[in-house]
Formats: sequence, C-alpha cells, structure tokens
Amino acid sequence: MAFYFAQLLTGMANASALFLVASGLSIIFGVTRVVNFSHGSLYMLGAYIAYSSMTVLPGIIGFWASILVAGLAVGLIGMIIEVCVLKPIYKAPELFQLVATFGVILVIQDMALLIWGPEDLFGQRAPGFEGVVEIFGERVPSYDLVLIVLAVVVLIGLWYLFTKTRVGILVRAATQDREMVSALGVNQSVLFSGVFFLGAFLAGIGGAAQLPKGSANLLMDFGILAPIFVVVVTGGMGSIWGAFVAAMLISVLQVYGIRFLPNSTLVLMFIVMAVVLVIRPWGLFGKPEAAGDHGSQGPPPKPFRQLDPSGRIIVAVIIAALTLVPLSGVNFLSVLFADIIIFCLFAASLHYILGVGGLVSFGHAAFYGGGAYVAALFVQYAGTPMELALMLAPLGAGFAALIIGWFCVRLTGVYFAMLTLACAQVLWSIVFQWDEVTGGDDGMLSIWPSAWASEPGVYYYLVLVLGVGGVLVLRAMAHTPFGYALRGTRDSALRTEAIGMNVKLIQWMAFVFAGAMAGLAGGLFVFAKGSVFPTEMEIATSFDALIMVFLGGVQSLTGPIAGASVFTLLQDWLSRFEYWRLLLGLLIIFIAILLPGGLAGAVDQVKALLGRAPKDEAAP
Amino acid sequence: MRLSKFLTGGLVAAVSAVWGVNAMAADTIKIGDINSYKRLPAHTIPYKKGTELAIDMINNAGGVLGKKLEIVSRDDQGKPGEAVKIAEELFTRDGVVMISGSLFSHIGLALTSYAGQKKRLYLAAEPLADALVWAKGNRYTFRLRPSTYMQAAMLAEAAAKVSTAKKWATIAPNYAYGKDAVGAFKKVLKAIRPDVEFVTEQWPGLFKIDAGAEVQAIEAAKPDAIYNVTFGGDLAKFVREGDLRGLFKGRLTLGLLTGEPEYLDPLKGDAPAGWIVTGYPWYAIKDAAHQKFVDAYQKKFSDYPRIGSIVGYNTMLSVAAALKKAGSTDTEKLVDAFEGLDVDTPMGKVHYRKIDHQSTMGAWVGKIAVKDGKGMMVDWAFKDGAKYLPSDAEVMKMRPAK
Repeated sequence: MAFYFAQLLTGMANASALFLVASGLSIIFGVTRVVNFSHGSLYMLGAYIAYSSMTVLPGIIGFWASILVAGLAVGLIGMIIEVCVLKPIYKAPELFQLVATFGVILVIQDMALLIWGPEDLFGQRAPGFEGVVEIFGERVPSYDLVLIVLAVVVLIGLWYLFTKTRVGILVRAATQDREMVSALGVNQSVLFSGVFFLGAFLAGIGGAAQLPKGSANLLMDFGILAPIFVVVVTGGMGSIWGAFVAAMLISVLQVYGIRFLPNSTLVLMFIVMAVVLVIRPWGLFGKPEAAGDHGSQGPPPKPFRQLDPSGRIIVAVIIAALTLVPLSGVNFLSVLFADIIIFCLFAASLHYILGVGGLVSFGHAAFYGGGAYVAALFVQYAGTPMELALMLAPLGAGFAALIIGWFCVRLTGVYFAMLTLACAQVLWSIVFQWDEVTGGDDGMLSIWPSAWASEPGVYYYLVLVLGVGGVLVLRAMAHTPFGYALRGTRDSALRTEAIGMNVKLIQWMAFVFAGAMAGLAGGLFVFAKGSVFPTEMEIATSFDALIMVFLGGVQSLTGPIAGASVFTLLQDWLSRFEYWRLLLGLLIIFIAILLPGGLAGAVDQVKALLGRAPKDEAAP
Repeated sequence: MRLSKFLTGGLVAAVSAVWGVNAMAADTIKIGDINSYKRLPAHTIPYKKGTELAIDMINNAGGVLGKKLEIVSRDDQGKPGEAVKIAEELFTRDGVVMISGSLFSHIGLALTSYAGQKKRLYLAAEPLADALVWAKGNRYTFRLRPSTYMQAAMLAEAAAKVSTAKKWATIAPNYAYGKDAVGAFKKVLKAIRPDVEFVTEQWPGLFKIDAGAEVQAIEAAKPDAIYNVTFGGDLAKFVREGDLRGLFKGRLTLGLLTGEPEYLDPLKGDAPAGWIVTGYPWYAIKDAAHQKFVDAYQKKFSDYPRIGSIVGYNTMLSVAAALKKAGSTDTEKLVDAFEGLDVDTPMGKVHYRKIDHQSTMGAWVGKIAVKDGKGMMVDWAFKDGAKYLPSDAEVMKMRPAK
C-alpha cells in the first residue's frame, strides 16, 4: 500500500510540472483563442534562463529568485511575441496564428542553440530539498513535494485572480464575449497582452521548476507540446480546474501504466484523451463552443470560384512546363519536383477537409503515412506490384479515415483537431511498436517502383499524372453538389441541417475522401523514397501539412498548392545554411504578418487593389 | 486567379534558375555528407568538426589521387525522406563520388536502401542499427561505428566478469535502438551465464521518460543488477531520480554509451559513479597517434573531442584510404576497395569486413568515477570490435543473399 501511495505522489509531482505549463496555454487560448504552438518554446526558455540565472545567483535565495526571474523574463518574451507577431494577425482566419507561432518555434530553437550551445545543461538540485523523505517507509524526493505544493499554490492563485479580482472578471468576460467587453470600454489590446504575459510567465516557471529533476535541452520544446495540449483539451480548453484535474489524471495513470504495462508509455495519454473526448466532446470541464464562435474575426470567406478561361490556360501552361522537368537531364530536379507535387497533393487533401469543410485536422499525417504503409505492406508481404499498391494506398487510408472519422466528426473546433491528433498518435504507435510486421522504427525498406518506372524521370511522370490528377479531382470535388453541401456545413451547420442535409454524414464522407487522397500522396511518396518510417505519421508531418495550407491561404483552392510549393522550396533552399531554422522561422513570421490571407490571399489583395483603382477614377 | 497562376509560373522559372546544374569542378574529389545537424547537435557538431579536421590533414598531405578532397555537407532535418532527396541531389547535381554520415538509425537505413537500389556508395558513420549491415545490408553500404550488438556484447562480457548477479532489470528507450540493445545484451549474457533471468523490462518513450515512475517500477522488481540504455536528457533524469531514491545502491549498473562525453559530461558531479559503461575516455588514452589527434583537434577548435569527433575523423580517413586503394573514383572499384580495407586511425587499425561490411572499430569499456566534480571513465580497457561480432555462419544467415 505504501508503495502505491509513493507512486501516487510521483504521479502528482509530474502532474504539477505539467499543470504549470498547461495552465498558461489554457489561459491564453481561453481569452485570445490563439492556439499557441510556441508554448513549448517558452517552457524551454524558462529552463535555460533559470539555468543561467542560477549560475549567477547561487544559494537558496538564488535558486528561488532564479525561478521567478525565469518566469518574468519568459513572460516578457511572451508579451513581445504577442505584440510583434500575433497582434497584427488577430483578424486572420481561424487558427492562422498557428503559422506564426510555428515560425516562432523555429526562431527560438536556433536562438537557444546559438546562446546556450548544443549540450544539455543539467540543473542543480534545489537547495534545502536535495534529499528524500520517508513516507510510510518509501523514499520520496522532497522536491516532489515542493512541486505539488507549488502547483496547488498556483491553482489557488489563479482561482483567486479569476474569481475575486476585477482584472480576472474582465478576463473571464473577454473569454465569453470579446466584443461586448471592448464595447464596455475595456482596452482589449492591453488585456490580451497581459493574458499573454501571464500564460508565458507560467510556462517559464514550469520550465524553471523542472530543472532540479533534469536538464535544460533543445528537445524540450517539442517534447512538452503534445502532453500540454492533451492536458488542456482533456480538461476542457480554457478551464484551469480542468487542466489541473486532467494533469493529475493523466500523470497518475501514466505512473501506474509504467508499472504494469511498460510498453504503454508512448500512447497511454492519447488513449485517455480520446476516451474522454468521445464521452465528453468538450473535455472534462469545458463548455460547448457557441455556434460560430471561432477564432476568426475577419470578414466571412469569399466563395470558391471555378477558374475563368484564362486561368485554365495558365494551369495548362504550368502543367505543360512541369512535363519538361525530366528533359533538363538533371535527375535531382525530377526528384525535387516529384516531392513538391506529392506535398501539393497532401496539402490539397488536408485543405479539402480544412478549407472546404472547415474542420481543422491535426492528424492528417495518419492517412498520408497510412497510405505509404499500406502500399509498403502489400509490396512486402503480398508481392503486390507497384501499380496495384498505388491503388490500394488510398483505399487503405480511406478505410482508416472511415473509422477515425466516425469518432471525430461528432466534435468541433479544437476538440475535433485534438481527437484527430490522438487517433493519429494511436495509429502511429501501432506502426512504431509492431516490429514484426511494420519493422517498427527501422521502417520498411526496398519498396522501389516497378522496373519500367525506376528511372527518376519516368517515376516523375507517374507522380505528375497521379499527383496533378489528384489535385484536380480535389478541386473539382469542391464544385460538385457534394462540395457545395460541405461548404454549407462549414458556413452554417444549423442552416444546412435545416434544409434537410445530414451535416455529420457529409463531414464524415469528406473526411474519408480527404484521407484517401492523402493516402494516394503517401503511396507516391513511398515509391519515390524506397522506404517508409513512422516519421511520416508523426505529429510533425501533420503540422508540416497544416503550415503549407495556412501559408498558402485557407480561403482559396490554389492556397495549398502555393503553400506546399513555397514551403518545400524554401526548406530545400534554406537548409543549405547553418542557421536555416532561424531564417525560415523569420520568413514564415514575415509572410504571416504581411499576408494574413496566405499567399493566395495576397494575390487577391493585389488584384483587388488593381481592380479598384480604375473604378475609383471612373466615379468622381 | 490569373495573376496567381502567373506568379506560380514565374516562381517555377526562378526555381529552375536557383536549383539548376552546378558546374562540376574537376580539380577536387567531392564527398557528400548528410547528418542531422539540428536534431541532435550535441552529437553531430563534433562529428562535423572531426570530418573537417581529417580533410584538412589529408589535403595538407597532398590529397588523394592527386586531387584535394572536398566535403559537401547537408542537414537532413532529421527526416529520412529528406535524406534520400539530398542524397540524390549530392550525386546528380554536386557530383559527389560517395556519401557518408547520418546519426539516427532510421535515416541510416533509408540511405542504405537508397544506396542498394541506385548502386551508389554509402559509408554509414554513426548509426548503430544492427539491421544496417545484417538483415538489410547490401553491397553498397558500409558502416564504421561499432554497432548496437557489438557494444552490448562488450558490456555483457564485462558484467559477467565482475558480477554473479542473477536477476536483471533493463531500461531502454522505446524504439529500435533500445530494443536492439536489450535484445543483444540478453542474448550475449545468457550465452555466458545461462542462469540469469530478466525480472523487468522498462520502455520509456525516447526523450519522454517519467523517471520517478521508472525508478519505482524497477525498484519494485527487486533486481540484482540494472542495464541502462537511456541517454541524453532521459539519462540525466534517470540518474538523478535513481540516485535520490537509492536505486543504484548495492546494485551493479551498466550503461550503454553512458561513458561517451556527449552524455557523461553534462551530468557533471551527478555522474553515476560505479556504473560500468561503454564510452570514450579521450583524456586518458596515451597512444601517440591518439594524442596527436587530440592535440590537433584542440588546436583547431579550442574544444575537446567527443565520440562524434573521432567517428567523423575516422570516417574521412576511411574514405581517403578507400580512394587510394581503388585508385579511382568509380563506385564499383570503391566498393571492392572498401571490402577488406585496412585503415590506420588514432584508435589503431580498423578493418572493413568483407563478409558484412562492418568495420572492426572498437570501443572503450570502463567504470565511471567522479573527479573534481566531473564524471570520468577509470579502469578502462579498449575492446577490439572484431571480437564482439557473431560467428560468420550467423552473419551469413542474417545477410540477404546476393
């Protein structure tokens, strides 16, 4: 019994560290509706700054002062990010801020490498709490108890702030209705900056407080991202109590999971989240999102239009130009452009569910990687020829989407996004851990094209036909009656339902279709590379696709194509430089601020400007 | 819409200009180097420095085949698909004669598959996966660093020598390297001591360890000895929690790679004294050839070498030796030259086995002690890699038929 109690304490200590960081994310989302991807980077900065500060300020006072210093410094950095990067794009389409905060992640990664060097910085033990205390005969690190107390203090502090102070009440009011609060004369801009400071402060404290249990290192930012999102979503976005309870639930289950199912470590928390979301679609303590209350503050999107005749001619010219690539005689160009076309198809398939359907998926890589694995598995175990495997890839991915989609479409908004992420992680962990069949982390090798297509130039033509064909089909599907119905569910689920359409069924079918097209892209990918690894199903791959779509512009069918092309080319080009992440990050932030409608949106802006000028002249 | 298409078209044109063919300079021999310079820089940056030092030295001595060597170095972003694309670019655009590098096993395996299919030479420098030369090996892939199996076998042998522990616990990151490392260790230890049993196996996610819970779970199984495969940030957390909770007290603990400066040095005074580990005690090796390497390295970079440094250095020495032996940059001739190649390195002679293309580069096995607030390896011995490989018959069985 004593042993289980000691385990409970371990779980609670882990939960405390997690809660500190997650509560900040939850507060920021609750008020500003910004899904702050760079929250993990703020946590990492907290650890690094505290480490540096502790080398300058030794002793007990130095230790605790350093944690505070780290919190304040990171709070300030968070505020700078809010003012410089996010403030200009609050009016952009929902979740567009993802792109900008992704840029911030890249910048902070390279900055941390520049400032603190590549090696892990091992934290010092907390003065006064170096040892263990015996509780019922079990040794428990005394610092674990400090962490638990710290988390409870922060929880009570936040509760007091939000329920008993005027500022807190204003913040809560802003969470419910930003426009009304601003109409009542509250300076929303200051409020947002303050909230960002608080959220970043908590992340900084969280990073600093975990130093005595480990190190400050460059992998912390992505490492904490998935767990804190899981905690916040399981608890209910914006709910502090929810974050606390979810952190406790997940951490304690994790501790017992390690004891009894040591292999469950990779996936346990995602399963917990998935179960919670299926039973309670808004998390443990969350409230249903009011219809239409999404992050978007801008004007409603313009409807997609068919290409005009001159547009068709230009598309034909581009496709004709693409057929010339292998004639350059440089194999690499065929390989590079094949990559780009594959990513275009992947991004376009995500755009179908995201841009046309209005459902943001964080787990689209499940179907891309899934398609790749379906093709590879058939080749390896059934000796299937490439041609057939390429047809089976979208079928297999579509089948996976059929099952996953059934669970996911009952949810909306960020909860939908996180459930797709959880499902993708479960699929990923099956591939990752089922060594005997999938090769696990060592992947599946020697999946090369049939002999006739083994030349890069020839395979390129295959990619061109299937990839461009796939993109055109996706495009056409946006203009079919089904596409119109789907757009209807995006713009007003209520009205769509009122005219007798089954919203969930339409969304489900769109999800399956998008999944199948991603699977086709994955199938093309596996034969282009000759091997496939679980990395293709990772969160990072899903995020790459999201960045491509948002960068290109959600509100245009050309967006994902432009985004995928530019993002892939930029990465290929910039990765030749040593600090390429810094450059890429700055460029992405720059594009996000200048072109909040994405690249395709920018084209519309320019056209609108050009188009309006003569009209103004004509109407004196 | 029209304008956007026009811009896209313009972009394509601009791209072709930037990514067009490079004029190939004929006065150097180019080697393509691919590694994860941003994913695990603590390991890959020393590797890069090691390659640079070797290239300087080779070129100062007149180069190879009358030409200077040149490295074209690229970051693979930690993605296997990206590495394959870069490999293609290096060969068809930059005109490299062979590629080397990679740290992560899955990226090494992706390049192995690529090399076999395209009949292009790849020297895997750092990835440890056993499959790279065995189950998935091919004619065009060679590997320098001692594999997971070899290092695990060295530790198992050392453990069997000093301890009669029967009940073992293992802890390893939950991915291919961790699983290989545990599998090989169990196999070799059981062969030496059939009476050992493994009472618990812990599999924390890579860089996601929940150290307190792992320590409690191991403690609950009451093992006599522990075999650790975690590294990096996971190792730091595991060592601290285990130390606090008294897990290592009175228990023999082994650490795979734990003695490598990349992983040992960040622990400083918390380094787990008494662990038996594989690693690289560069500060204590007194061979003249090695001392020369250390001096040159410190002079050039004002920093001390890590295991990655010497692997990078030996990689380029191997490349130069193979070019010299082949007398040509032709891939088939280079492959033939690599088979059975002997290279003089700061670690002594390294031999590339014809049977499986694994080099016999060894590793150091020793005990960790803390001196002046720093972890050091003491009582170490150099283990020749050739002695820690399975029998030829077993290797032949694992390697695919030609």
